[in-house]
Amino acid sequence: MALILNEEQQMLRDSAKSFITESSPVSSLRERRDRGEEWSPELWQGMAEMGWAGMVIPEAYGGLEFGYVGAGLVMEECGRVLASSPLLSSSFVSASLIASLGSDEQKETLLPAIASGASIVSLAVNETDRFDPTVTALTAQQDGDEFVLNGTKRHVLDGKIANTFIVAAKTAGNADETRLFVVADDAPGITVEASRNADTRLVTSMQFDGVRVAAENLLGDAGATWPALERALDIGAVLSAAELSGLAQEAFERTLEYLKERKQFGVPVGSFQALQHRAAQLFCELELCKSAILKAGQAIDEDLPERSRLASMAKAKTAKTAKLAVNEAVQMFCGIGMTDEFDIGFFMKRAAAACQEFGDYYYHADRFARLGGY
Amino acid sequence: MTNLEQFRQETRDWLDENCPASMRQPVKSDKDQCWGGRNWQFTNDDQRVWLERMAERGWTVPQWPTEYGGGGLSQAEAKILKQEMARIHARRPLDSFGIDMLGPALLKFASEEQKQRFIPPIIRGEIRWCQGYSEPNAGSDLASLQARADDKGDHYLINGSKVWTSYADKSDWIFCLVRTDFEAPKHQGISFLLFDMASPGITTHPIKLISGFSPFCETFFENVEVPKENLIGDINKGWNIAKYLLTHEREMIGGFGLLRAGVTTLGQQAVAAIGTRDERLADDGLRSDITAFEIDEMAFAATVERVVDEAKAGQGTGAASSLIKLYGTELNKTRYELLMSLGGSDALFWGNDEDTTVSKDWLRSKGNSIEGGTSEIQLNIIAKRILGLPS
Repeated sequence: MALILNEEQQMLRDSAKSFITESSPVSSLRERRDRGEEWSPELWQGMAEMGWAGMVIPEAYGGLEFGYVGAGLVMEECGRVLASSPLLSSSFVSASLIASLGSDEQKETLLPAIASGASIVSLAVNETDRFDPTVTALTAQQDGDEFVLNGTKRHVLDGKIANTFIVAAKTAGNADETRLFVVADDAPGITVEASRNADTRLVTSMQFDGVRVAAENLLGDAGATWPALERALDIGAVLSAAELSGLAQEAFERTLEYLKERKQFGVPVGSFQALQHRAAQLFCELELCKSAILKAGQAIDEDLPERSRLASMAKAKTAKTAKLAVNEAVQMFCGIGMTDEFDIGFFMKRAAAACQEFGDYYYHADRFARLGGY
Repeated sequence: MTNLEQFRQETRDWLDENCPASMRQPVKSDKDQCWGGRNWQFTNDDQRVWLERMAERGWTVPQWPTEYGGGGLSQAEAKILKQEMARIHARRPLDSFGIDMLGPALLKFASEEQKQRFIPPIIRGEIRWCQGYSEPNAGSDLASLQARADDKGDHYLINGSKVWTSYADKSDWIFCLVRTDFEAPKHQGISFLLFDMASPGITTHPIKLISGFSPFCETFFENVEVPKENLIGDINKGWNIAKYLLTHEREMIGGFGLLRAGVTTLGQQAVAAIGTRDERLADDGLRSDITAFEIDEMAFAATVERVVDEAKAGQGTGAASSLIKLYGTELNKTRYELLMSLGGSDALFWGNDEDTTVSKDWLRSKGNSIEGGTSEIQLNIIAKRILGLPS
């Protein structure tokens, strides 16, 4: 398969760009931040009307079945304007898990509601400060036709607005076995605690105290769970990389414009070779990120055996580059880059948060090495 | 079966039948590469057979037009051929500056008669070419070159010298930049000439490098007579050809940064050399450096793939050759630094002058970010031509 966008994908990118720049400019983030709002239900409604919420969901369940390269293009455009939505957590990651593991009934119940935007389903896997899906202490004790969940989850994306969670747990009797449960947000015994992060988004910690879940809400067979979860987390990593890539490109383009306008010593500062070479180097890194993400997106769409290694490569490369891009941006904008009045700081804050989501550079570099046999 | 699937099957069958087993071994030293030319001594019969069979189909240059002996393949077919060759670790049948540098420029700028004359011997590996670009006082500032060609009516008379002429001592012909107008601004007085290295008045001296090898030469021209029909393009318009050719040279040199088929990855080599602890490479610091390198290497390989596919689809980003040259050569240097580190003192082994060793390859790699335009020149090109930053 050629490593380029096909015509449909290019059209999607163009329409995504025009919709998102219109409906969610960076100024709207500032307004929401100043009003103390986490997200915009109107924007979410608009995204759902564009079909984005059902982008990777099979047509039989009300989706577009457009694939993950396409989802990456949407995330990239969202990244450019720092748009906040449950697309990644609900429509892409959780939907992929349900589509691959769910029973017909679960798919019928959950997927059309995700596709329409009516339902927000978030994945509650992580329990550690730094992302690590292999650590699961939360237990699910079988009690007749039910399981009883006890434990905590941390840094759950969109936990405050989700109405359903997919919760990873160890079933008693087999501590090595991770199982997934579909749990409603209002199940007795769940406490959701939200705190505000640097990027203005709310992250949540969840406490499960004797939460009773019917056995029919188990998602998938024991043997199929981990491979499907790994795939969903690969999807999360690649799409998070796509968001970061858009963010980094935008920060870079804004910086370039400034280098051409800003004059010191009587000339544009962009005429100085010290800055030109740094900008040129960053341009190269950004081009590598685009290729890495496209390659990894195609590997997901085509279900290639090297999918996981490519996904970790893409997230590691993009996380590193995005940090470079925002650091260079603030340095090259100089004093004005340090002011709250100026937008570039938002890019730095969001980049730091998005780097952590689904694993940062160090997590994915380590995984990339292990998958490479070292 | 689609046409492409059928092409893949046929290609696979043909390669299986026609690629000698010894030509499926990794290239370990210069001797394993076939450069062709009038004086070429084939390392063994397999090397000769492999070149002849591939040249017969035009597959030394899969996408060049069939009218000059090229393969005439589409981009998609050429990609399949490349994949199928990589699958069996087939060596490139012919390494050639005629293919990687001169040929594309001839196809674009030469007259029909010149194409008929010069291109078929390139494809068949019969003429080995060298490049006369740099001079002692024209390195990064290439356009200030001073080697001159004076119009003597029925011929040009060449005087001057070139330096860093790769394999000038082994080459049959040279493509050479000469000044034909000393009054014009420096870019507008340069012409592009081809001539036989056996012409009277040419001497070459190999330059011994820090690696101990001498792939480059100093080349001197003293009253060398060159027929006028050997001028490519218009007089004083050679700079455009020179630049076009440089983009191909950059892509070729940048390709050094790509992992060659059949060669184990750096991580695997490190495990073999150092071993593991808790299923991770036993040296933590080296492990994180190798990881960073392999991540870049893989993202770079994807970028080269994307650039090729974009060009095919007419979506090219322009000066991609500078990106590939810059990134590929810097990666290759990093690869050799890491290879030296994981080998420890063993990697310093030098042996006899003609031995190929890691230490010599490591030293050779330092030239990658200098030849064909330094990394700093590539950064200048990207900053000005792609990013539009002011002078």
